[in-house]
Order: sequence, then structure tokens, then C-alpha cells
Amino acid sequence: MLQLENLEVYYGSIRALNGINIRVELGEIVTMIGANGAGKSTMIRAISGLIRPRSGKVFFENEDITTVPPHQLVEMGICQSPEGRRIFANMTVRENLELGGYVHHRNKRQIREDYDRVLSLFPRIKDRLNQSAGTLSGGEQQMLAIGRALMSRPRLLMLDEPSLGLAPIMVRQIFDILQDINQQGVTILLVEQNAWQALRIAQRGYVLETGSVVMENDTQSLLADEGVKNAYLGE
Amino acid sequence: MRILLLRVIAILVTFIGLYMLSQFVTYQMDPYYFQVLIECGVYIILAVSLNLINGITGQFSIGHAGFFAVGAYVGAAWTMIWQPMVVGRYSFLQMGTLHGDILNLLIALVLGMISAGMAGFVVGLPSLRLRGDYLAIATLGFAEVIYVLLLNINSVGGARGLNGIPTLISSGNLALFWIFLFVIISIVLSRNIMQSVRGLTWLSVREDEIAADAMGVDTTKVKVTAFVIGSALAGAAGVLYAHFLTGISPDIFSMNTSILITTMVVLGGSGSVTGSVIAATVLIVLPEMLRFLKNDRMVIYSVLLIVMMLTRPQGIFGTKEIGFPKWRRKQPKTEGRSA
Repeated sequence: MLQLENLEVYYGSIRALNGINIRVELGEIVTMIGANGAGKSTMIRAISGLIRPRSGKVFFENEDITTVPPHQLVEMGICQSPEGRRIFANMTVRENLELGGYVHHRNKRQIREDYDRVLSLFPRIKDRLNQSAGTLSGGEQQMLAIGRALMSRPRLLMLDEPSLGLAPIMVRQIFDILQDINQQGVTILLVEQNAWQALRIAQRGYVLETGSVVMENDTQSLLADEGVKNAYLGE
Repeated sequence: MRILLLRVIAILVTFIGLYMLSQFVTYQMDPYYFQVLIECGVYIILAVSLNLINGITGQFSIGHAGFFAVGAYVGAAWTMIWQPMVVGRYSFLQMGTLHGDILNLLIALVLGMISAGMAGFVVGLPSLRLRGDYLAIATLGFAEVIYVLLLNINSVGGARGLNGIPTLISSGNLALFWIFLFVIISIVLSRNIMQSVRGLTWLSVREDEIAADAMGVDTTKVKVTAFVIGSALAGAAGVLYAHFLTGISPDIFSMNTSILITTMVVLGGSGSVTGSVIAATVLIVLPEMLRFLKNDRMVIYSVLLIVMMLTRPQGIFGTKEIGFPKWRRKQPKTEGRSA
């Protein structure tokens, strides 16, 4: 479904991604784990068109999307919940969700269906629809960010560190919901530092270190791997 | 269908009301107060249109006088230079009769708005690359370029400016009508934008551009559209002002004017249309009310401004509005009740 070929990204003269190759198949949850500064967020930004890669290609359903601008990618079915949530703090929860569905705003029925679906996935934000989003707790904000991304009815959902700054119990809850979302037919690319939680729900994983993919395997093998254990699982 | 009918009625009532008010006020009002009233109207248009760019989409343009000038000069160029060139061939363009004046004013308005809008497009393009203070400097630079150009183009009078512009908008005592028609147009336009789904995308660009991008909002289009609409309205204000004053010179459109308009938006509360309207009125009326202070008046005026900004840094209205509840438009309904 999604394929990166030799993707290289530079910030000025600094190389952030060192020719990475990954692929995500339809219906999978794939996770990309790695430490701070490994290039995880850069990869998400490059896929979603927020930065231009210097070389390499991105394919979505066999179509070259390397230079497609971000708003068209959302129409094509790729949406992301960005790092640090980036919800619209001064708008209400409802308005945040409406904006998430903006690319389909002419299709009222679809918007309503998605709206109901998101609220049934995240009952906690249902009670807070008219509250301004900045007043939500961190976990609720993350739920809102995911819900907002789902409003565009993506076939591929990319999540950038959904566990950032959240209490462990909240992380667990959100990751369980991600599994539900995946079972509803959304392919997920999950970028995480919280390797244990990410590997718990994913089928396959990549390990990114200083801009290069150093390991690629199914999650069982990654969880059993000594190097991964030492570096990311803290055992 | 009923909504359409209501709209037509609302528009008719507005037109007739404005017309009657215009007739009444022009006869009854002291010319000095009338002048101040017109000036308020012009600056309300300018402030509300700048609010579209600065307040609603969160750009920082401080060169609004440039667009004002483009509109004024292009409009005046029509009535002073181009119209006399073509009137021989098309006699229906003759000025002097009411319908001739209105026709010429409309042509001037269209030309002024189009050219100011195009200028807005050209200035809006760098806004895709420039943020915050850099954009501010670019827009200020644009206004200065316009100012210097006007000073040096002899066919529009250079530093002396253009004089003897026919008072087209006063023809038939309609000055107030025209000005406040555009005041209403700019307010209603802002309101409609803010209450639509599209308006939500404009606000999202202000709130967080990257998140807006990630949600599929074409941020480029939003920013350029805001610039084009905002500057076209400023152009309309320019055309109207030129045909009211009968004489324009580059000084009217100097950096001071740009800063005054920006102050109005900030003082009223960036993003609040109501705030822009009130701040524009206050900033035009206040210096007039302080005239009894003679030479000290600008000192007091400045001090008052500082005090206002210190006591309410978010502006008079913040981002609030009166007159139109922020989101009256239809919300998606949920099935069943919330738990």
C-alpha cells in the first residue's frame, strides 16, 4: 500500500534520512521505533508532503506521490495525527473534528457517519464537544487528534508519537483503540519511542537509527531480539 | 426557498434604508460631522478588510495603505484620464447626470478593486514563504514601493497628486449610501466566511498552519485568497475615498496610514470584525474629539492608545463578536444522546 524507496531527506546540509526503504501492506499496523532524532518524524513529514525529499520516491497504492502537496494526499486517503498533537486549541472539539473532515465537507452524509464513528471510538471526547480543545487533558487531546485525522476517512493513518507525554494507562487505552481502528480496515503506520506499546499492537516493525533502517522484522522477533531489548525495551 | 426570499428582502431593506438614511443625513448633518462620518466608513472598510488577512488567517500584513492607494489612483485614473479618452466614442459614459455618474463610479470601482486585488495576489504570493515579521517587512516594502511610485509618476501628478476628481459618490446625495454599502459588504463577507466551513479552514491556518496542512487544508490557497479579497476591498475603499475627497496625493497613503489601519485591527482584537469596526470608529473620532486640546492632542491620543493596549493587550473584543453568534451554522448531529 505504501512504499518508500531510498528516501533521502536533508535539512540544509544535514542529512536526516539516509535512503530508507520501508513498505506497509494493506490492513497492517506497522511501527517504526527509534530514539529521539533518529528521523522518525522526518519520515512522516516527507510522506505527507510537508517537506520535500532530496531523492527517493514515495508510492501509495503504486502511485508516485513524492511531490503531491499535502492537501491532495488527504483526499487520496493518507492522513496523519502529527507529533505533539497539534490540535486547534482555541476551537471547540466539534470544530476540530469538522476540520478533520474538511476534504469531504460537501458530502454531509459521510461526515455525519464519520463523526458518529469517531465519537463511538472516543466516548470521552463526546462529552466535551462544545468545550474548547485546549482545555482537554493530554490524553483527550491525543484522542481528539486521532479522531480528527479519522474524520477524513483515511485508508492509511499515520501517527507520530501518540504516546508523547501521556500517562501509561492512557497510552494503553489509546493503543487499544488504535487496534480497533485497524480492525475497521484502516492501515496504520505508527511512529513511536514507546517501543513496548508499539510492538504490542503492531504486526511488523522497523528500527530507525540516525536516519537509517537498521532492522526490520515481525514484532515477535523484534521483541525477542537482544539488541532491541537492550536499546528500546529497557530490560 | 424561504431563506432565499428572506435574503432578497434583507438586501432590499438594506438598500432602501441606506438610501433614505443617506438622503436624510446629507441634508441634516453639519458638513464637518459628515466628513468625519465618511472617514469612519472608509476606515471601517479598511480595518475589516485587513482583519480578513491579519485577524482571520493570521498573516501579518502592515502595508494595507498600498492597496488603498492602488484602488484610489486606478479609480481616479479612470474618471480623470481614461474616461475622457473614450467618452467621445461611447457617449453613454458622459458624466454629469445621475445615471452617468453611477455608471462611471461602478466602472472605477471594478477597475480599482481588480487592480488592488491583483496587487494583493502578487503580495500574497511571498506570504507562502515568509512568516510573521518577515512577511510584515515585505508588505511594508510593497506599500513603500507604491508610495514612491506615485510620488514619481507625473501623469498622476507626482507629489501634488490628482486634483479635481469629480465627486461621483456625492452625486444624488449618495455618498453615505456608497460608503456604507461597502461597509456592509465587507462585514457581511467577513461574517459569511467566518461562519462557513471554509472560514473554519481560514481560522485553522491562523491557529496552526502545519496542522491545517495535515488536515488537508490547502493553506496556500487560503492565504492568497485572503490577501486578494482583503486588498480588493481596500481598493474599493480607495476608489470611494478618492471620489469623495476630489483630490488625492501620495501623502494620504503613506506608511502612517498603513500603521493606523494595522493599529485598528490590533486594538479591536485581531480576528474580531466587531472589534475592527469599533476600533476604526474610535481611532477616527478620537483625534477629532481631542481637537480642543490644540497642539497636545496627538500626545494625548498616543497616550490613550498605549493605555488601551496595556489594559487590554488582546484588543477591545479579543476574538469575540457581537451581533452574530460565532457558529450558528448547522453542526453535524450525533445519533442518540451523549453519555
